[in-house]
Amino acid sequence: MNVLEIQDLNVTFATEGGPLHALRNVSFDVPEHRIVGVVGESGCGKSTLINAILGLLADNGQVDSGRILFGDHDLTRLGPLEMQSLRGLRISTVFQDPMGALNPVISVGRQMLHIQYRSDLGRSEKNARSVKMLRRVRIPDPESALDRYPHEFSGGMKQRIAIAMALMMEPALLIADEPTTALDATLEVATIELLQDLQAQIGCSVLFISHHLGVIAELCDDVVVMYAGEVVERGTTRELFHDPRHPYTERLLRCDPAGQSGRTRHLPTIPGEVPDLRVRPAGCIFAARCHRYEGICDTVPPEVGAGGHRARCHRVTP
Amino acid sequence: MSEAASRAYGSLRRILAEPLGMLGVVLVLLMIGGAVFADLLAAAEPNKISPRDRFLGPSLTHLLGTDQLGRDLFSRALHGGRIALSVALISTAASLAIGVVLGLIAGYGPRWLDNLMILLFDAIKSFPTVMLALALVTLFGPSLTAVMVVVVLVNVPGYGRIIRTQTLALKSAQFVTAAQSMGAGTVRVLRVHILPNVIGPLLILASMDIPVVVAIEAGLSFLGLGVRPPTPSWGAILNDGFTAIRDTPWIAIAGGLPIILITLGFTFLGETLRDVFDPRLKRQG
Repeated sequence: MNVLEIQDLNVTFATEGGPLHALRNVSFDVPEHRIVGVVGESGCGKSTLINAILGLLADNGQVDSGRILFGDHDLTRLGPLEMQSLRGLRISTVFQDPMGALNPVISVGRQMLHIQYRSDLGRSEKNARSVKMLRRVRIPDPESALDRYPHEFSGGMKQRIAIAMALMMEPALLIADEPTTALDATLEVATIELLQDLQAQIGCSVLFISHHLGVIAELCDDVVVMYAGEVVERGTTRELFHDPRHPYTERLLRCDPAGQSGRTRHLPTIPGEVPDLRVRPAGCIFAARCHRYEGICDTVPPEVGAGGHRARCHRVTP
Repeated sequence: MSEAASRAYGSLRRILAEPLGMLGVVLVLLMIGGAVFADLLAAAEPNKISPRDRFLGPSLTHLLGTDQLGRDLFSRALHGGRIALSVALISTAASLAIGVVLGLIAGYGPRWLDNLMILLFDAIKSFPTVMLALALVTLFGPSLTAVMVVVVLVNVPGYGRIIRTQTLALKSAQFVTAAQSMGAGTVRVLRVHILPNVIGPLLILASMDIPVVVAIEAGLSFLGLGVRPPTPSWGAILNDGFTAIRDTPWIAIAGGLPIILITLGFTFLGETLRDVFDPRLKRQG
């Protein structure tokens, strides 16, 4: 049973230089009770993907085709009010920057009250619920934390408060947009463990966006690798890390500084740059940078089949 | 709630700790007190004409003297304060309310609505205040309501623009996106997340605008476009006094002094508020 199914999703942005194809034929599933990681470099469409799911695309962005199935709903077809009724209740989000994700001028307790506006509980019951959530994310002295303002907490605590807010209504799907990127290494580990614990307790699914391969390997059950707005490879974490099939995934894993054996002044990189998304190449999106390039890559776009461990590449036998 | 009360008390203490702030608070309270308790403080009726007492100088019976119709100027000045302050407070509050709503709509709404609002603000702003006042008074006749409408019209564009700019800046703030992603609708985002972040500077500005409004009311009344005689107004008293300023200067003083005091009071108060609440503007060193 899948909580979220994304099928052939295409998103474009109207720009002055013509339409920008931000997501092309993106398909993957988020099964129940699993943590799915989406990995890719900056500008590969991770944030666009989140905004498309949440129905919060910028004014110049639109879903051209494809479906985002969540329960019985196709999120691409829901009106703004129906979408709003899902957000925070069934789908929730934690953002990258804990400093900016909380309103600086109202107390944490009031912000948590406002998230529960759809509940029929009384004020004190809602506060009790907030305290319970803060305790679950290990905020010391949660009762007094309600009266405090965001600037009175450290970055790690703010991120945990944001997680508490996101999980307050026990959503079916939690979207985590690089929640540990702004934290230091120690806090990163603590936050990952916290997310894992809470996911197991609440039983929700998590869509975890990151560009940190180590975090993905540690936390996720399945991985989706994105490159320039396309899903280039998807599979379970074990399959993908032990047997990367797409040349991009292969090179990406080799670039992880954690995998370096000796001291070096030169970290490995992938030569070339991400193509301009306004003028997509006719063939494979990665052809220009690929070390296994051959003639067909320039003309025919590779397709990716359904199910299992798949890579969008001509050189891989499906 | 008690936390909010103690916070307000703390701010008040910080205002009173500044000498100018203290002076401002005292002046403002004095003027408001004078206006509210005008009937108790001044025994004489403000509009009672007694031809035998014309042009009397200041004395114990007539603290500020009498005017050309023998009316007690102290009483008239206090009652004039009622008009001045009620016009100032009501029309500033109304301009704040309208300006905030329009500014939020302009800043948060679609682009075309924003353009429309800006066009509207600029159109109103392009009229000189006095011209706008003359036009409106000619249309509706001189009255307090006309004065207030003028003030609201003149103030709304400024307040609206400030709120709009700040709303635009906050619209894409991450906590706004976060609130939306938690299911907050437009009204909730505006009321809970944007308004508290933008209202502070505007309140300070409004407190500094009150003397301007007082001056507009006095000016229009001076020109005979404000309240109708014999209703006491500082501008009308000034007008009574300025023809005879050589021989009987106390009439002009009775009209002018309160305007000076209220202006000083609200300006000191506003500047102290700004210093206390806006750390960026605090004097360096």
